[in-house]
This record gives sequence, structure tokens and C-alpha cells, in this order.
Amino acid sequence: MQINENGEFRPTIVAFCCNWCSYAGADLAGSSRASYPADVKIIRVPCSCRVNPMFILRAFERGADGVILCGCHPGDCHYSTGNYYARRRMTMLFGMLDYLGIEKERTRVEWVSAAEGAKFSATMNEFVSAVKELGPNRKLRDLRCKN
Amino acid sequence: MEVNELQKIGVFVCWCGSNIAGTVDVAKVAETLKNEPGVVFSTDYQYMCSEAGQLIIKNAIKDNGLTGIVVCSCSPRMHEATFRKTAEAAGLNPYMVEIANVREQCSWIHKDMEEGTEKAIILGRSAVAKLNLNTPLIAGENPVTKRALVIGGGIAGIQTALDIADAGFEVDIVEKKQTIGGKMAQLDKTFPTLDCAACILTPKMVDASANDKITLYTYSEVDNVSGFVGNFTVDIRKKARYINTDVCTGCGACTEKCPSRKTPNEFNMGLDTRSAIFIPFAQAIPNIPSIDKNACLHFKTGKCGICQKTCGVNAIDFEQEDEIVTREYGAIVAATGFNPIKVDKFDEFQYSQSPDVVTSLELERIMNAAGPTKGKLVRPSDHKHPTDMVFIQCVGSRGESCREKGYCSKICCMYTAKHAMLIRDKYPDVNVHVFYIDVRTPGKNFDEFYRRAVEEYGVDYIKGMVGKVSTRSNGRLLVQGSDLLANEQLLLETDMVVLATAIEPDESVKDLATMLTASIDTNNFLTEAHAKLRPVESPTAGVFLSGVCQGPKDIPETVAQAGAAASKVIGLLCKDKLIANPCVAKSEELLCSGCSVCANVCPYGAITYEEKEVNDHGVRETRRLAQVNSAVCQGCGACTVACPSGAMDLQGFSTRQIMAEVDAICK
Amino acid sequence: MSENTNLKESILRTSGVNPKKCMKCGKCSGTCPAFDEMEYHPHQFVAMVEKGNIEPLLNSKSLYYCLTCFACVERCPRSVEPAKLVEAVRLEVIRQQNQNHLTANDIPAKLDSEIPQQALVSAFRKYAK
Repeated sequence: MQINENGEFRPTIVAFCCNWCSYAGADLAGSSRASYPADVKIIRVPCSCRVNPMFILRAFERGADGVILCGCHPGDCHYSTGNYYARRRMTMLFGMLDYLGIEKERTRVEWVSAAEGAKFSATMNEFVSAVKELGPNRKLRDLRCKN
Repeated sequence: MEVNELQKIGVFVCWCGSNIAGTVDVAKVAETLKNEPGVVFSTDYQYMCSEAGQLIIKNAIKDNGLTGIVVCSCSPRMHEATFRKTAEAAGLNPYMVEIANVREQCSWIHKDMEEGTEKAIILGRSAVAKLNLNTPLIAGENPVTKRALVIGGGIAGIQTALDIADAGFEVDIVEKKQTIGGKMAQLDKTFPTLDCAACILTPKMVDASANDKITLYTYSEVDNVSGFVGNFTVDIRKKARYINTDVCTGCGACTEKCPSRKTPNEFNMGLDTRSAIFIPFAQAIPNIPSIDKNACLHFKTGKCGICQKTCGVNAIDFEQEDEIVTREYGAIVAATGFNPIKVDKFDEFQYSQSPDVVTSLELERIMNAAGPTKGKLVRPSDHKHPTDMVFIQCVGSRGESCREKGYCSKICCMYTAKHAMLIRDKYPDVNVHVFYIDVRTPGKNFDEFYRRAVEEYGVDYIKGMVGKVSTRSNGRLLVQGSDLLANEQLLLETDMVVLATAIEPDESVKDLATMLTASIDTNNFLTEAHAKLRPVESPTAGVFLSGVCQGPKDIPETVAQAGAAASKVIGLLCKDKLIANPCVAKSEELLCSGCSVCANVCPYGAITYEEKEVNDHGVRETRRLAQVNSAVCQGCGACTVACPSGAMDLQGFSTRQIMAEVDAICK
Repeated sequence: MSENTNLKESILRTSGVNPKKCMKCGKCSGTCPAFDEMEYHPHQFVAMVEKGNIEPLLNSKSLYYCLTCFACVERCPRSVEPAKLVEAVRLEVIRQQNQNHLTANDIPAKLDSEIPQQALVSAFRKYAK
């Protein structure tokens, strides 16, 4: 989270993208110059199933305001079934976050194929504005992590 | 735990002309990243990927004794491989390279210089944080057994085997029936050229059997598959034929003398009967009979044995048993083919009630010169010449209910046009009506073929579906269907009804998929590695797909796919060693509890368990531990998250590395 | 138009039918024993409801020639279930007339365990007019 000089809230968004579909989709968004806010920072993982729910909790703990996980469309996973595992794991995590009282709009799973550059940027625009609406993540932040 | 030495990291920020430098202050990025932990060198240059740019990197590595490099440039999908080679040339481990994507994911999508620069710094910082935890990875090597296995001896399997053998590799075909040839051997003519199926198939069957690189295992099934790409071990069950194949001459005297002649002939779709000792058809390969134990009087009563007395070379061996052959292969091709679905659930079409309602494959046998009627078109019920015929399309295809398949079977439109045309050509007195929902004829010369059936041969195409078929008292059939274009309900009296039956993958594919750890979809078709870009490979390395086992297709497509699968196999077998992707899962022995969760989620069957002695802080004991086969693991990481004890980690994308990236971004 | 849309929504809701699933094969009309009596045939029912062209159906006698034999429901490859749509249109007519002659109290006396419930309800709807 960051508040700039105009008092505008600039969220920190972590996006986990699978190497085969969504990361390529993000590249396509770039090469077709489909812009989305600079608040989004992408971490490349081989498959959405590599994303441990712990990573998402860690991001929130370290001050992220939103986390989005992007994978191949169901049935298109490079590793056949990885995104199904990701989907189930995230469903469990979302249930837990909900229980903890974290707004469910702060986390999201999206399927973006390598051909969906426009969808990638639209998704990111939408997600960032949704997170902006919510304001900074204060509940899960571990204040000890901040100097 | 492995301890990382202190890294000495070099950061190289690329301008990419103005592509990056236009919206990112590259000098500032380089300057700022210099302060990151581990960074000892940082610079920027116009084109890092150019010869000169690569030289800068190489020199910096040598001059500063760098242990790893971060390149802030375009997408790693573009130049990661380039920079890995550069690093390797300068003596670094290629996996000590990280790319910060500051072009596609930064400069190209942001317009504000300040914003872009800030994000580029964060991306660079994240790459440095990850690189600090990188360890040199060494790609493993595995030898390749230079022999291929083709499962299924239809046109797909035969063509694949011929192409592999052509390239000089040994190849075995396993066919569960008594002869190779598959469904194509049962066909009469083939669309769209109407050449006879036997005339183009049987020479290929002969080629396959005569080729000294090809070994045929007919009447055999795959019992077990173990191993991985390049090193499969397969158990093949040679079912007992009760014939000594080494001495049998295929004279066929036994089949003529056999007194048990009441078994429905599978090859003729049950339209006639065969003897208990039989050769499926005249051109069968191998041309050797086998005994059907369930029909044979000797096996049922212990009395007969006429064949044994008839045989001049004493080839009959009632004592024969199944034999298991174990062989090693480098690659496996699945070519298990298809079957028409059972239509007995479609009561509205009277298939089970009237012999004059036949499936298209049955009609193929009726029309075939070598078939039960010697190619004469007759009504099965009374062997009279028909004057009216009705074809019903999409029987069991494109439906939603449990008796139907959700997909289009693809070949039916064309073979129905073929049947209609052949009948009108041979018997102009027969009226042919085709009820269709859509006529789908994409393919070279396909639509022209269908139009010819309508325009030249006068086949009556009716847009609509048949609702009901009933038997009249005069023995003919009454077809009630709709003509949607005329908005009428039609009642047609006809002699025969032909159902264009949907096709489904052969039953055996389910067990096979489990053995091969190849995945099948909800319709039991084998899944390809990528729907567009890798259509003949299974997601499991070393397993390839050929023919209808992957999805409905006609003969030209099957042959094309068979050739494509063969070329993939050849590409694999001509390598002496396989270099594995080193970014694979690895289990930490002291943390592993042997719970099997990782093995259950692994889509490749790469994880096995081993009883192993460990030294856990001075305590020596034997534990059940997960072992990842790095040659089979594709590095998806599903196991790493599933592992409840945190023992499983993915090299190159380790938990610590990803956490470090998260931390760097959220700092 | 909006009234038509409401009408369509209401029919789709009461029938539970999704006419978009129809692949226009015509098996329903090929099956229908009352086809010749009908002005609008089963496949037309589906197409007309899908288009929102419902007025003509409300006023057509075709509605009452449907025997509710459910052959079309049984045989439809796409599980569109045209007969349920016909039944829903009939219900719509009754609702608009606001004159349902059947009261809940009459039903127990008319029950016969041999008759399928669905047929019973359909018949009452038809003959209660």
C-alpha cells in the first residue's frame, strides 16, 4: 500500500500467472499495448497449482492489498489438471479468508489464455479498481514486517 | 538444508531501443538496483540481446566473478534462453539467470515515466530477491531405448509403425484381435474417391508383416506399463490361440471341418456365423486361425478334436496358455481406435426389434463383396431386394442424454453420402432418403461429394429427424419423421433403415490410459498435450496418440496423424540421451512422511516410494520416502502444495524463492 | 416488446426449459402423434418461444391438441423438453384468464393411483377451460 502526495491510495497487487497461459496472456496485453495500472506486479509460476495458499497469505501479511491468481482455462492446463487443483485450493482459502473477515474482493482466481491479452488487461483494471474501492488491507498486515 | 554462498549478482538493464527506455528511466533502475542485497554490478545498455550486449554480460561475469545475473528486459518467453546461453558461455550455470520483464509487463503498458520506472525497479528487485536463493541446476540425462511400441493394429497403428520402421527403428504392434487391419478392413469403399478399402489397406498390412523392423503381436494385449520416457517396460499378454503359430500354414482345412458353426461372426457384425476355429477374413494377417474357447466343442465337452485330426502339420495345441512377453521401449503410441456405440437403447428406431434396421457398419458388411451377402444389397429379414431405404443421421451423436454422445462423430455425414451414392449407382431402382440435422462436410472434395450424391444420384435429403420407426404387417418398415423445411410430418414406407451410429473410443482405452498415466476426457478420448500445438502427443512424455483414440476422424486424417505421431517418435528415438528439464520437484528426505499425497496429485506418475534408511539427527531408521523421477516430472508443482509436511519443493521455483519475490514486491 | 420478454421469462421459468439448447433437428415433430392436428408443431413451439413470439401460441388451438404424451421429451437428443414448454404456455393462458376451474379441494376425489400425476395435472388444465 502506498498513499501518494495527492492522498490517492495506490494499492499493491500481486498477480500469480502460470507460465503457459496467463503469463503469455500478460505478454500479449503488453505487446498489444492494452494498459492496466502499474500497481499490478506479476510473479511467474510454472502452473497455477504451484501457488501455495501460503503465498497469498504471505502477500497479505507483507502488505499486499489484493492478490489475483491467473491460470489456464479449465481443461486447457499445460499439465492437464493443475488448474483444477488450484481452483479447489483457492476455494478452501477463500472460505478461510471469508471466515477471517477479509473482504472477498481482495482475492480472485481468473482464467486467462495466452490469446486473451485484452481480457488480461480488462481483468486487471477491474480488479485494481475493486481493490481501490475497498481501501488498504489493514486486517492481515503484520506490522512487525514493516520497518 | 543447503546453504547458499553469498551471491555476487550483476544487473543488466536493457533499453530495447526506446521500447523500454521510452517510459522507464533505465539509468535510475540500474542505479537503484545496485543497492539491493547481493548486487555487486549494475549497468544499462541499448540492446542487451545483441552481440555487443551479450559481450557486456560475459565480461561483467568474468571481471566481477558474478555468481548470477538479472536481466531487466523483455519477456523471459522471448530471450530467457538467449541469456542462459550467454551466462553458460561465460562459465555460469544457466539457471543462475533471472529475467525481470520490464517491457511487456511494464514499459509497454504504462505511459507515465515515474510510474514505469518505479514498477521496473520493483520487478528488478523481485528478480534479485529470487536470484539470491537460486542454486545451480544441472539437467539430468537418461538413455533412450531405441524401440517403439504401437498399441492397436488398425490403419492408424499400421501407418505409425510403417513410418517409424522406415526411419530404421524397431517397432512392435500389439493388436488385441486375431488380425491387424482394424475397422478399415471391414469397410467396403472409402470416401470421397470410392476406392475399395481392402485394395488400399491390405497392401499396408502385408508391408507391416513383411517389414523386418516390425514385430506383430496379434491376439495380444498390454498388461502392464512401467517406466518413463525413453525407458518404458511393457508386459504384453499373448493370448492363447491354441495353435502352434510356428508350424501352421494357414491352409484353413480345420476351419472347414469344424462342426461348431453357430457363433455370430464378429467381423461381419453378427450378420452370419463362423466356426469355433476360425480366421476372421481371407486377407487376415497373420493368416492363422485361432480357437474360440467358448464355442469349441473340445473345450466344452472334451470330445471333438476334429481340427486336430484334420491338421496336416499338427499345429493344434489345446494345452496352450497365455504367454507374457516383457519388452523395453523408448516410446509408446496409442492407436486403440473406436467402436460404434450400442444402439439397443434407441427403441424408437426398432433396432433390437427388426433385423431390417441396421447400423452403418453392418451395411458396410452387406455392401462388401467379401461380406455375408457377397456384396448384394438385400433386406436381412428375408433376403429380398429393397426398393426404399431410409438413412437416419446423428444416431447417438450430438445428444445430451445418457444414451447419447455429446460430440459430433464427424465421419457419419460422409459415409452416409457414400452409402447413398453407392446404392443409387448400383441399384437405380432403390429410392434413398436421408434424414439429416446438419450436413457437415468440411474436407477436401467432401462437399462436392455430398452434392454429387444429391445432384447426380438423386438422393433425397430431408432436413429433419426421424421420431419413430415401426414394423408394418406387410413386413416393411414405417418411418415417421419430420421435414422441417416443408413443415410437414412424413410417413415413409421403407424396406431398410440404416442408423448412422455415433462412434466411441474402444473400451480398452480406459485401462490403458491408467497404465500410461495418459489422461482421457469425459468421453474417454485420450487427451492431447495441447489442443492446437501438440495434437499428437499425450501430456505424458514419451506417449503419443494416433487415430480415433484422440478424437473422431476419417481415414485421411488418421493417416496424417499417424505420420505425425511417427515423426514425433522418430524425433525421440534418434536421440541417444534425453536432457531433462532441471526445474523439477525434489523431496527433502528428512521432512517426508511417506503419506502418498504427492503421488496422488501427480499427473505424470513421476513419484514413487522407496524404503530408505535415513539419519535423522543421529537416529538411523528405515522410512518410506517419496522419490521424484526427474525424467518424468514436468515441473508443474502440484505436489509441492499438496505435501502436508513441506518436504516437496520445486527446483527453480522453490517456496523460498517465490516467497522472496512476494516480499520484494510488497516491500 | 417488454411485455413479450416478460411473457417469455415467465414461460421459461414455469417450464424450466432452455430453448437455446435446441439444435433444430425436428425429432420432436417427427415423433409427435398429434402433429397433423397442430397449427404450430412442437419444433415451432420451441423456436417461437425462443424468439419471444408468444402471442400466436397463446391464441392457437395447437395448445390443446398436445396430448402430453411426452414422446418429444423422451426422444429429444438435446433434452429441450418441448412438451413442458407447451404445458407452460397453457398455464400462461389460464393465468391470464385468471379463471382456474380447479380448486385444491377437488383434487383428492379425482385421484386415481394408476394415472401418472403429470398427466392428471395436464388433463385438468386442459379440460378445466
